Amino acid sequence: MATKVFMEALSPTMEEGKLVKWLKNEGDAVKSGEPLGEVETDKAIMELVARGDGVLRKRLVNEGDSVPVGTLVGVIAAADENIDSLVASASAPAAAAPAPSAAPAPSAPPAPSAPPPAPAPQAPVAPAAPAKPTPAAPPTPAAPSGPTRSSPLARRMATERGLDLGSVQGSGPNGRIIKRDIEAAATAAPAAQTRQPSALKAEGDFTDVPLTNIRKVIAKRLAESIGPIPTFYLTAEFDLTRVMEMRAAMTEMGPEFKVSVNDVLLKAIAVALSQHPEVNAHWGGDHIRYFNRVHLGMAVATDDGLIVPVIWDADGKRLSEISRDAKELAKRARERKLKPEEFTGSTFSVSNLGMFGIDQFTAIINPPEAGIIAIGRSEEKLVVVKGETVIRNRVRVTMSCDHRVIDGAVGAKFLQTLGRLVENPLMLVY
Amino acid sequence: MPVVTYRDALGAAIREEMQRDDRVFLMGEEVGVYNGAYKVSKGFLQEFGEMRVVDTPITELGFAGVGVGAAMVGLRPVIEFMTWNFALLALDQVVNAAAKMLYMSGGQYKIPIVFRGPNGAALQLSAQHSQAWESWLAHIPGLKVVAPGTPYDAKGLLKSAIRDDNPVCFLEGEMLYNTKGDVPDEEYIIPLGKADLKREGDACSIITHGKMVLVAMQAADQLAKDGIAIDVVDLRTIRPMDVEAITTSVRKTNRAVVLEEGWEVCGVGAQVVDHIQRECFDSLDAPVIRVHQADVPMPYTKSLEKAAKPDLPKTIAAVRKVMYLD
Repeated sequence: MATKVFMEALSPTMEEGKLVKWLKNEGDAVKSGEPLGEVETDKAIMELVARGDGVLRKRLVNEGDSVPVGTLVGVIAAADENIDSLVASASAPAAAAPAPSAAPAPSAPPAPSAPPPAPAPQAPVAPAAPAKPTPAAPPTPAAPSGPTRSSPLARRMATERGLDLGSVQGSGPNGRIIKRDIEAAATAAPAAQTRQPSALKAEGDFTDVPLTNIRKVIAKRLAESIGPIPTFYLTAEFDLTRVMEMRAAMTEMGPEFKVSVNDVLLKAIAVALSQHPEVNAHWGGDHIRYFNRVHLGMAVATDDGLIVPVIWDADGKRLSEISRDAKELAKRARERKLKPEEFTGSTFSVSNLGMFGIDQFTAIINPPEAGIIAIGRSEEKLVVVKGETVIRNRVRVTMSCDHRVIDGAVGAKFLQTLGRLVENPLMLVY
Repeated sequence: MPVVTYRDALGAAIREEMQRDDRVFLMGEEVGVYNGAYKVSKGFLQEFGEMRVVDTPITELGFAGVGVGAAMVGLRPVIEFMTWNFALLALDQVVNAAAKMLYMSGGQYKIPIVFRGPNGAALQLSAQHSQAWESWLAHIPGLKVVAPGTPYDAKGLLKSAIRDDNPVCFLEGEMLYNTKGDVPDEEYIIPLGKADLKREGDACSIITHGKMVLVAMQAADQLAKDGIAIDVVDLRTIRPMDVEAITTSVRKTNRAVVLEEGWEVCGVGAQVVDHIQRECFDSLDAPVIRVHQADVPMPYTKSLEKAAKPDLPKTIAAVRKVMYLD
């Protein structure tokens, strides 16, 4: 009985693998569990092991070739077994390959991002709850029981499109997942796995993107570490020389043209967000909502406490409009005159404690937003420019990022964009 | 193109082959003087004489055997059964002589014979005379089984059957003889073993043969009004079966209804479904449904006969079910 060797999913997010090196030659005897070759996944180089005993009769991909998960890459069989039809089937469309998920876990160490075994869910402890004759630990809420029913065609289509059948609602008899369900699911989440945030162009104001496997793992693990919002912080210092020059020039034209450093920073943040929709996002539990509009929340301290009025469509507003909105909203906030729609709906927020002489600080994310920027005071500092010590106006901003949405490098790139805008404010009208 | 009845298309096929090859002759009950029970051989006796148009007594086993013997010595008989229901009496010659002679003689005797006649139910002919025999016949290695549903196919396939060097069971239909269709004047033949895509669609395949082709086409017409495009695969030949045509259609539509006149158990449809599950498994979006006669002797009572027969409403219901519309 021949054993087919498939490219296996060696990490939870792996979609294709590169056969870096064959460790066995055609004709070599192999035992189940023995490594056949090395495969480079999206994470690491792993071993592809034999799933049966026999002779490695055929190697179907060359070293250095990348093939999708589920592709037949070799055949293990008895030395005299006829494997012609198996080998011929390898040239058939990959659709014929069985679902890769059937592959047992490799014996090699799991990929770094592999989720740890799920901790047994514990019944929430309700302290001081009124005594109630509860049975011992209630069973975990029943997951939909029984196997997922699906037509053979639906299974094949799901494999081809990289859809998880478990996430598809079946509309056939007994919940059978059929062709139309896969088509509906595929339409609802077009190419979710490969979507680039920069390509987001929804007709509405936002686009919901289901979580990829890697995002699920990040969300779960990091929330266990720092929860419930696994936050990290990025701080950068920007040079304000040109902002100060611009302000001075505008002020010279008359008091009506005066804007604050904060106004310029708000405008710059809004423009940077419009260029980084991957940051201008909300965490939705099972999806991430990427916005196509920038509604900037602006933390305002009032006697009653903090409130965050919203500058709508801040990226498209002129500096004068932002300046006016910011002033007006802050004033009305302090007068407690904000209408509910004026302090809800922000896609991202900013907090500024510079006026209190704070050099830098970390702000708390306003969920479900994915980030917030904390602005410190702008002050003159001695800095070294081209080998000379000079005095420059500098400001420190710290971005708090929800790691479930924003990875370190993504946040850093956003701050890079922001820095370029702040240090070259002419870019704001570019 | 001339519009011709199924009856006349069959007659033209036999006449042309008799004119073409003087080894071809017609034999059966009432084929000569009476011009054939269903007038397929009208005028044959005058044209070809009583040596080639042979009226027989009511002796199905006897004249079937004479036919097999004639074929063994080089003639090409066309044996008409007044109905395949009467051919039960002749099955020993069909199954044990005609089908096996080439094999048992070590290839010495070819049996170029055609057994033909109406098959299946007409109207209120009751249990003994309303039976579709194709699954019985197609079960036998050594026989070819043909069941045309249109005049065009009837003529082209019968000419092929007469020219074939193997015994061919040719299944016609009493209810088909008066149906009309385009049949060209010029000669043509249709190879045995080739299905015909009677209509193209992508929503569901109906795989059928013989009389039920008409029902399938009516179903396709009616379903088209709901925007459901049916692929109608007319097998035309039951054995050898054109399995590639089945595969192509079902892989395209992902759904199949198999429609036949006969009973369900071990029927032709069972063979078709067997092929589909093996060759089209990963293309199926729904279990295949079969439409067939009820599993009872055909009732004589009109209403019960109607209830027992496969028909248009049953076919449409089956299509809607495999499409998950009901």
